[in-house]
Amino acid sequence: MSLDKLLSLGQTALELGLVNALTVLALFLSYSMLNVCDLSTDGCFTLGAAVGAIVALSGHPWLSIPAAMLAGSLSGFVTAVLQTRMGVQSLLAGIVVNTGLYSVNMAITGNKAQLNMNKTATVFSLTKDALKNSPLGGQYKLIVLLVAVALVIVFLSFFLRTRLGLAIRATGSNADMVRSSSINPVFTTTVGLCISNAFTGLSGCLMAQQQKSFDINMGSGMVTVALASLLIGGVFLGRKGISLRAIGAVLGAFIFRLVYALALRLNMPAFMLKAVSSVIVVLAISGPYLKEQAVLLARRYKASKERGLA
Amino acid sequence: MLRLNDISKTFHPGTADAKLALDHLSLHVRPGDFISIIGANGAGKSTLFNAICGSFFTDTGTVYLDGKNITMMPEHKRAKVIGRLFQDPMRGSAPDMSIEENLALAAGNGGWLSHISAADKKAFRERLSLLGMGLEDRMKQPVGLLSGGQRQALTLLMATYHVPKVLLLDEHTAALDPGTAEKVLNLTRSIVEDNHITCLMITHNMQSALELGNRTLMMDRGRIIYDVTGEERSHLTIHDLTDKFRQASGRALDNDRMLLGVDAK
Repeated sequence: MSLDKLLSLGQTALELGLVNALTVLALFLSYSMLNVCDLSTDGCFTLGAAVGAIVALSGHPWLSIPAAMLAGSLSGFVTAVLQTRMGVQSLLAGIVVNTGLYSVNMAITGNKAQLNMNKTATVFSLTKDALKNSPLGGQYKLIVLLVAVALVIVFLSFFLRTRLGLAIRATGSNADMVRSSSINPVFTTTVGLCISNAFTGLSGCLMAQQQKSFDINMGSGMVTVALASLLIGGVFLGRKGISLRAIGAVLGAFIFRLVYALALRLNMPAFMLKAVSSVIVVLAISGPYLKEQAVLLARRYKASKERGLA
Repeated sequence: MLRLNDISKTFHPGTADAKLALDHLSLHVRPGDFISIIGANGAGKSTLFNAICGSFFTDTGTVYLDGKNITMMPEHKRAKVIGRLFQDPMRGSAPDMSIEENLALAAGNGGWLSHISAADKKAFRERLSLLGMGLEDRMKQPVGLLSGGQRQALTLLMATYHVPKVLLLDEHTAALDPGTAEKVLNLTRSIVEDNHITCLMITHNMQSALELGNRTLMMDRGRIIYDVTGEERSHLTIHDLTDKFRQASGRALDNDRMLLGVDAK
């Protein structure tokens, strides 16, 4: 592989990694902080893409971003209400919302499974035009994505240290303690899911505009891919402070995409993406458990051998 | 102060496992009372605390605090004026967050979007130094790294950061080693006395039930079967307590941990 090819591989991985990183940061908030596994992520990602695409197609590329984020947080609000106020189990709430979002997304696009934005002004094309005469002009995609990711990290670093942010972190860690601090965990869960889903929506919006197309299935499996990235990032910076952990989440998204791009180079078929992410999630979550079991198994083997000798 | 009128609670009603955990119980706690509560396992002691805290709503009866009906007030709202410590030292604090961050939540200063201020840190440091455990120099460390005794002391500090009207101690030293338990108990006593906090304490140690506080309740099958204070209480021995239990409940007190308490004497 030539250096040129390697560099372009790295660049693609970086761009895709950064788009995904926004969803990973969303899960960083909901999964790592709030301890809620938000299975509405797939649908919410597509929701952000659909809303973003429709608003951009109607001629308002900048408006597409707040619109997609608002749509995302509305979806998060519904998920939160289902699990905190209506007695639906947390996982089921996500699944139900995810299913419902398919119809919502189709309704938003006017019953179209695909949208084409080849000639549409997007935040990327506008940035490209704006940077036309600057030396950085060629990297317009990277610049938009870096700014978005950096803003989200700065926001999270600030927010998770506020009183509300602390309460959200404590909700995932010890809800009893939140109640004894006179804070309602229902409130913190709701706020947390609204914010995290706003980022998921943003992620979908930027993904659609970057690839200049929308597909109704573009979010499918996103939650597993993002979770895999989050867990990879946790390996490196999982035990550090909040800001470093958020950066670790982004790093994880990049590493995941890089490994995947390399695997594609080695002739792994593209459809393996989801299987790879599933395996990574399983390994990362069950790894510590399996390690424990291996020790027990070794002891059992040793004991049975001693019995045999006696 | 705190008044419970005729409260009842049945768990799993209408099933074979139905259990009447509180049986038309009434209790009047006077301001400044330090009440120790004893009773066999399953007598309803912790359930009584749950009813006071609002962990569940009682089936019948009313709960008044300072003349205000709080029967249907949710738990997190009652927590403003009711502090509670559990037997499990892990339950009172968030392990992934630092000592400072835990205290910030308990203090609840400032608006939702405010950060921990320098003044907050100074106040936390002063409070922590009162515990005499050196925690004031470890404020940035996650609480998960603390020992059980340190965590329980921190929880005590958090529960009393804003002086509560009532403090509920649910065997809060039972999971600690004897030396640490005594230290935490002494801390409890000094904080409660210094701030004149009305306090209810569940204990399995009958000796400390009689030594601590000014009033002792004995519970059995969801009822208070013996309520003693003043002159009568000052002459009581552990054997008197077991006799009282036999008289009031019609059976022998057969709880291992309570009997151990007798043997230890």
